[in-house]
Amino acid sequence: MSNLLAKGRLARWSGVAGTSLATLTMMAAPVLAATAEHGGEHAKGGLPQLNPGTFPTQIFWLALTFGALYYLLSKKALPVVAQVLEERQERISRDLSKAASLKEEAEAVMATVDKAMADARAQAQAVIAETVAAFEAENQAKQSALNTQIADRLREAETRIAAAKEQALANVRGEAVGIVREIASKLAGIDADPAQAEAAVAAVMEERR
Amino acid sequence: MDPLHQFQINPIMQLVIAGYDVSFSNSALFMVVAALLVYGLLVHGMKARALVPGRLQSLAEMFYEFVAGMVRENAGHDAKPYFPFVFTLFMFILFGNMLGMIPYTFTFTSHIIVTFALALTVFVFVTVLALIKHGLHFFSFFMPHGAPVALAPILIPIEVISYVMRPVSLSIRLFANMMAGHTMLKVFAGFTVLMIGGLGSVGFLAGLVPIAINIALTGFEFLVAFLQAYVFSILTCLYIRDALELH
Repeated sequence: MSNLLAKGRLARWSGVAGTSLATLTMMAAPVLAATAEHGGEHAKGGLPQLNPGTFPTQIFWLALTFGALYYLLSKKALPVVAQVLEERQERISRDLSKAASLKEEAEAVMATVDKAMADARAQAQAVIAETVAAFEAENQAKQSALNTQIADRLREAETRIAAAKEQALANVRGEAVGIVREIASKLAGIDADPAQAEAAVAAVMEERR
Repeated sequence: MDPLHQFQINPIMQLVIAGYDVSFSNSALFMVVAALLVYGLLVHGMKARALVPGRLQSLAEMFYEFVAGMVRENAGHDAKPYFPFVFTLFMFILFGNMLGMIPYTFTFTSHIIVTFALALTVFVFVTVLALIKHGLHFFSFFMPHGAPVALAPILIPIEVISYVMRPVSLSIRLFANMMAGHTMLKVFAGFTVLMIGGLGSVGFLAGLVPIAINIALTGFEFLVAFLQAYVFSILTCLYIRDALELH
């Protein structure tokens, strides 16, 4: 709106300027008319612009040139300019949209790459976890197998020790019976009954245990 | 020495059609030159149809976009079909004005009959356009909206007169500007000649003053030459908008 006003003012201003200039010239004209008399070939005087005799030729040639120019410009020249400008605009927007689609494509590729990376990482993690679990399970199994083996051997050794101990004790008892009978025969001259001696040894051993 | 001598119409080739003297004159010559230059610039400039324009193509496109922007902003989007008309007006007047800035040329826009014929063309065009678009409703244009009916006897004549005066103001603005500017240039140039002729060697020095003024005036005249072509076509745009929108 203010734009329109400004243009209106511009037009009015230039109109005023032009009119005042024209007035000034009109006032100056008589002063110079004196000098003009030397030239004097067009003694008709007055403004050439106000000579109606020149109107037909000017109107005729104006109509001809302006009409021809309008026809040529509107039918031939201006459509070419419009077409060139349009093509340029089209080319620019096409290139822009092409760039945008390429960017989108690149982003999609980036996304797939990112996804593949994440997948690979997750897979690696899973493989590691699986391997660790497998190793742990194996370890556990080996450990327990070892443990039972150790326990078995221990038990075996214990029974062996116990048997050896029993054996040793039995040997000791037999020896003790023999020693008791010998001592009895040597000291008291008594040929002690083996069963009696054995019972005595057993009693003593039972006491000492 | 007559500052008005430059506006003299001089026939170059006698021509009479239907009893009217339509001789090819200096005025007609420069109309033809202006039209040829405008058409030549556009056709030759756009010959390459380059994606990246060269100098002449840039100039042609610049003019096109300048006028297209002017029509779009001042006449609205519906005015697109009338762009060639405004473009032809602007280019024809601009080239006529600018050609007149070359010494020894003829400025056809300094003749009231030429500017009046152009303004009348605009007036008839705009009025016919409004009548086609709005029919008899067009006459509501002369009664401003919201004005009290009692004022109609005063308002309607005022609006009608201001409407009818459009071609007059449009043509006189251009003609007066061009004639006044060219006369001023000639008057000051004449002062120099008078001073040298009348005052001898002193006048030779004193004669430099009008020349200095003329240099400044020439610059000013180039501005006026452009501005008046611009004003003429922008007012045409505003009239077209009035015809299309009726407000």
